[in-house]
Amino acid sequence: MIASLLSWFTDAETWAGESGIGNRLLEHLWYTLATMVVAMVLAVPAGLWVGHTGHARWLVTVANSLRAVPTLGLLLAASLWLRTLPGDLAYVVPSIAVLALLAIPPVLAGTYGGIEAVDPAARDAAYGVGMRGRQVLWQVEVPNALPLILSGVRSAVLQVVATATIAAIVGLGGLGRFIIDGLALSDYAQAGGGALLVAVLALALEGLLALVQRRLVSPGLSGRPVGGSRKDDEDAPREEPGESTVDLRTPA
Amino acid sequence: MIRFDGVTKQFPDGTVAVDDLSLTAPTGKITVLVGPSGCGKTTSLRMVNRMIEPTRGAIVIDGQDTARMDQAQLRRGIGYVIQHAGLFPHRTVLDNIGTVPRLLGWDRARTRERSRELLERVGLDARLADRYPTQLSGGQQQRVGVARALAADPPIMLMDEPFSAVDPIVRDQLQDEFLRLQDELDKTIVFVTHDIDEAIKLGDQVAVLRVGGSLAQVAEPAYLLAHPADDFVADFVGRDRGYRSLQFQPSPRLPLRSERTVVLGERPGEAGSAWLLVVDEHRHPVGWVEPGRVGDRPVEDADLHRGGTLARADGTLRGALDAALSSPSRRGVVVDDSGALIGTVLAHEVLSAIEDTDRPERDERDPVRGGAVDVAGEQA
Repeated sequence: MIASLLSWFTDAETWAGESGIGNRLLEHLWYTLATMVVAMVLAVPAGLWVGHTGHARWLVTVANSLRAVPTLGLLLAASLWLRTLPGDLAYVVPSIAVLALLAIPPVLAGTYGGIEAVDPAARDAAYGVGMRGRQVLWQVEVPNALPLILSGVRSAVLQVVATATIAAIVGLGGLGRFIIDGLALSDYAQAGGGALLVAVLALALEGLLALVQRRLVSPGLSGRPVGGSRKDDEDAPREEPGESTVDLRTPA
Repeated sequence: MIRFDGVTKQFPDGTVAVDDLSLTAPTGKITVLVGPSGCGKTTSLRMVNRMIEPTRGAIVIDGQDTARMDQAQLRRGIGYVIQHAGLFPHRTVLDNIGTVPRLLGWDRARTRERSRELLERVGLDARLADRYPTQLSGGQQQRVGVARALAADPPIMLMDEPFSAVDPIVRDQLQDEFLRLQDELDKTIVFVTHDIDEAIKLGDQVAVLRVGGSLAQVAEPAYLLAHPADDFVADFVGRDRGYRSLQFQPSPRLPLRSERTVVLGERPGEAGSAWLLVVDEHRHPVGWVEPGRVGDRPVEDADLHRGGTLARADGTLRGALDAALSSPSRRGVVVDDSGALIGTVLAHEVLSAIEDTDRPERDERDPVRGGAVDVAGEQA
């Protein structure tokens, strides 16, 4: 098995042309990116709104119940329904739509949950110092919610990368092609190679997003050291004369 | 001046948190709202900067009805300090302090300069400027909270149990520094606490609220301790109010006796009495020794009895009495401003000084407001 996998990967044919690994990888990335853009455009503002205002929490529950919908069945139904769209769109639109449906729940839950989890004292202080609603949202709530928002995005990306393989079922490209075609032709080296590529891509994107998160999230939240040791100059009682009396004991 | 004018707050569920409260917080003074939980003290405070809107009545600041002011503008002009500091975890200490100046549109350089100045003012090391709140102790966070409230130099400060979440030693120190700061700044402060000792220590004027949000009494602390308006206030101000009221009685000139001393590290010499006072090279008292036990060797640190407190000559009768009561020799040690020994005083001498002092006069016409800070001179 390993030998046949290796020979599949080392075959120049595997890499070349429209059905080569390079092109399929780009297609796969493109589906993932398009899906995430659609999902985030819908889910992030909705999550911010629900979290900030506390209105319509049912949205999050409804979105979470979407996770139970069988993706493959939905994809086939959507393709049938949208088959009148011109050209490639007849395949691309239902695929992206179904994948986005998969990506929305984690992004929405992460965004809403992140805003909801902001320290109430910090939020109270934000209003108390005279920030307006929008300033509270963008200057305090979003920066503090960022770790959870981004972890929602990361888990959505993982799911989308893995599930985008099914786009191949309705005749699109992407790494799923290798798996579907490999299975159809009983070419297990090709199917296994495709699966391996999907896994590697998922890990690579996860690593990339972890780096992005490191850059975006304030060190005050991630607990990363920012120079200087913690609490080294604790409020040691000072030896100033108090109001009227001073202990003869020297403070420990 | 902040005036509560018949202010009532009823929450949607029907609870009345504040009931027809009329009260004046005079300019440049600390007004403490104190009471058991459920007395509406925090609600009253939060109505000043409209974090909560009153159901009835008005809150008037320097003649202006707050209900007619823009909410955010109003709040930017009022320093706000809360129990757990409420610092922004994602911002550095310096950026936290600079929050309000930035909201007011100050440029970055001026904000940073002002923030550094405040960091120093509240007694924090400049090296903490770039730390994040989670890297600070509770006491340090609270100081940053105070610095943030002071950043734009607002004339009014609202403080909601700012020192209650820190340990007692740090709390005491924060209170002392707060009073020192107020001495320099003369802000109009409304301060909420559930701790009557804190109220009496910090307040120029103390308003005691009862459960249900009505005013039980408002008075200067000494008056409150001397003339509680009713059983509730008497209970609330506590049992040792007689002793505590001494804190407001400056010491008269006490009959000080001179005390034989020995410098730490030297031999006590001949034993004159059972206890000998030990001082350091600057004549600062460090403790007492029993010469009989030390014998003919130099006095060591381990020989010291450190139980006694020190009273300042210009301090209060409470300090003088406590020094006498806590001293192992029964002779209370009195020091000058620099902490150097002046002499000692006996408890019965402090007591006779106490007998000679006057208690605040009771105002028979108005038991509830009789002892309040007089604001007649101020414009309504």
